[in-house]
Amino acid sequence: MAPQNNSLLELSCVSKYFGGLAALSEVSLYIKRGEIYGLIGPNGAGKTTLFNIVTGLYRLDEGEFNFDGIAYAHCKPHVLAEAGIARTFQNIRLFANMSALENIMVGRHVRTHTGIWGALTRNVAARAEERAITQRARELLRFVGIDGPHQTLAKHLSYGEQRRLEIARALATDPKMLALDEPAAGMNATETESLKTLLQTIRNSGITVLLIEHDVKLILGLCDRIAVLDYGKKIAEGTPDEVRRNQTVIAAYLGGEAA
Amino acid sequence: MDIFLQQILNGLVQGSVYALVALGYTMVYGILGLINFAHGEVVMVGAMVALTVSQLLLATGLPPLLVLLIALMVAAAACMVLGYGIERIAYRPLRNAPRLAPLITAIGVSIVLQNLAMIFWGREYHAFPQLLPNGLHTLGGAVINDVQLIIMLVALLMMTGLMLLVHRTRLGRAMRAVAENPSAAMLMGVDINRVISVTFMLGSALAAVAGIMVSANYGIVHYYMGSILGLKAFTAAVLGGIGNLRGAMLGGVLLGLIESLGAGYIGDLSGGFFGSNYQDVFAFFVLIAVLIFRPSGLLGERVAERA
Repeated sequence: MAPQNNSLLELSCVSKYFGGLAALSEVSLYIKRGEIYGLIGPNGAGKTTLFNIVTGLYRLDEGEFNFDGIAYAHCKPHVLAEAGIARTFQNIRLFANMSALENIMVGRHVRTHTGIWGALTRNVAARAEERAITQRARELLRFVGIDGPHQTLAKHLSYGEQRRLEIARALATDPKMLALDEPAAGMNATETESLKTLLQTIRNSGITVLLIEHDVKLILGLCDRIAVLDYGKKIAEGTPDEVRRNQTVIAAYLGGEAA
Repeated sequence: MDIFLQQILNGLVQGSVYALVALGYTMVYGILGLINFAHGEVVMVGAMVALTVSQLLLATGLPPLLVLLIALMVAAAACMVLGYGIERIAYRPLRNAPRLAPLITAIGVSIVLQNLAMIFWGREYHAFPQLLPNGLHTLGGAVINDVQLIIMLVALLMMTGLMLLVHRTRLGRAMRAVAENPSAAMLMGVDINRVISVTFMLGSALAAVAGIMVSANYGIVHYYMGSILGLKAFTAAVLGGIGNLRGAMLGGVLLGLIESLGAGYIGDLSGGFFGSNYQDVFAFFVLIAVLIFRPSGLLGERVAERA
């Protein structure tokens, strides 16, 4: 697999160990700009570990990854957020006691600049920036389809809304790549369907999407390419059709249901 | 009746100071889950720096009010640097250590600061120059002077400013986000080390102001003034619910009132057995009572939801 010129994220031989256990071993993959790339595999296959590495939560032990032409081995999450990687979490991690609008406004942090001086003096620039942040946050709330009062605390939103709010908060950082960790978990069929539409809209706006998902139907129907992880190794990669027919994948993960 | 009103006024003045210092404890706890026991010493350093600056400037013949303003700014700046340094040296290296470790370094920093202050400023009591007009006003039979009025006014302004900052600005939002969920805040692009530094600096600036207030009110400064004041402000923060900003303000004012009324009436209530010199006992009696009956404080939520 040769790295492509138009790839946004490239992992080369990335390994991560926890004690003696290889959570990821020599995983290489590339994600092209503008595609929806899926990551599937059984529980414990290393999907979330991979997410944590590319978002800076974990340091990788071997290998490196490139994002948007720059190599990263280990750096702080806020630096990667600034570089253009935003994510959501498998278990929702909103700022529970802040309003829906404020949650998104925090996402704007990395693209705005008012510091302690501006905060203390509330000068013209600080106030203009604050208005712009609020404005953008409102747009994003509408974009992900959360209506109703913006001042509702995040913890009082419905489950589906909380998932959408996480996406809106991630989008507020103006990412080049949006990484979603099981966004459809716990959603009913209708919610999953509208999530699918939302992700397509996001991709059409030029943002690359990296998706971990257990909902095989969703991932096969949505992704341009898919990688399959098992015990920390990449066992297959390709278009949904290729992956669906791959015997190794069927044995390790898909089982009979995709036959 | 006028004695009662007088005690209320005294309590409010003292409570305003407690509230400002308590905010420093509660802000740090809200974000790091750490009790910064060196915070009382920051108050003392603020007072000491203001003392030195005003002594130097008064000698040049500048008007007292201007001297006070300059002393205030220098003291606040010095305390901000100090607060930043304390966090960098004593707490940040222990960010992921067991919770007992930073508690011990906090006590260590407190002892170091006290002793440094003793070396620089000596172990004697210093007279704090009178920089404010000291007119007396009568209010329904009670007396209040200009310094006390200004203390309450300034405390009110600082607290309003802090609330606006925390709830209406980008910086305040980042502070709340870090308090709620540090890892999510980090992944949304918030540089949490920076936010933590700023939190320490803001708390220390409030401490400097409080230090000057105490000094101006009593006219006396000494190198261990921070320890008892710090403990009482900590009590106030616990009373209001540590980690909660409104709680710190409420707790500060309440503690001031409890002390003042307690000291005023303990003589009558105990038939002269206890005198007003037992004033300090009340704060710690309150601390014990809160810890027994309402450990989360008046406005505190469950620890998991500190805000």
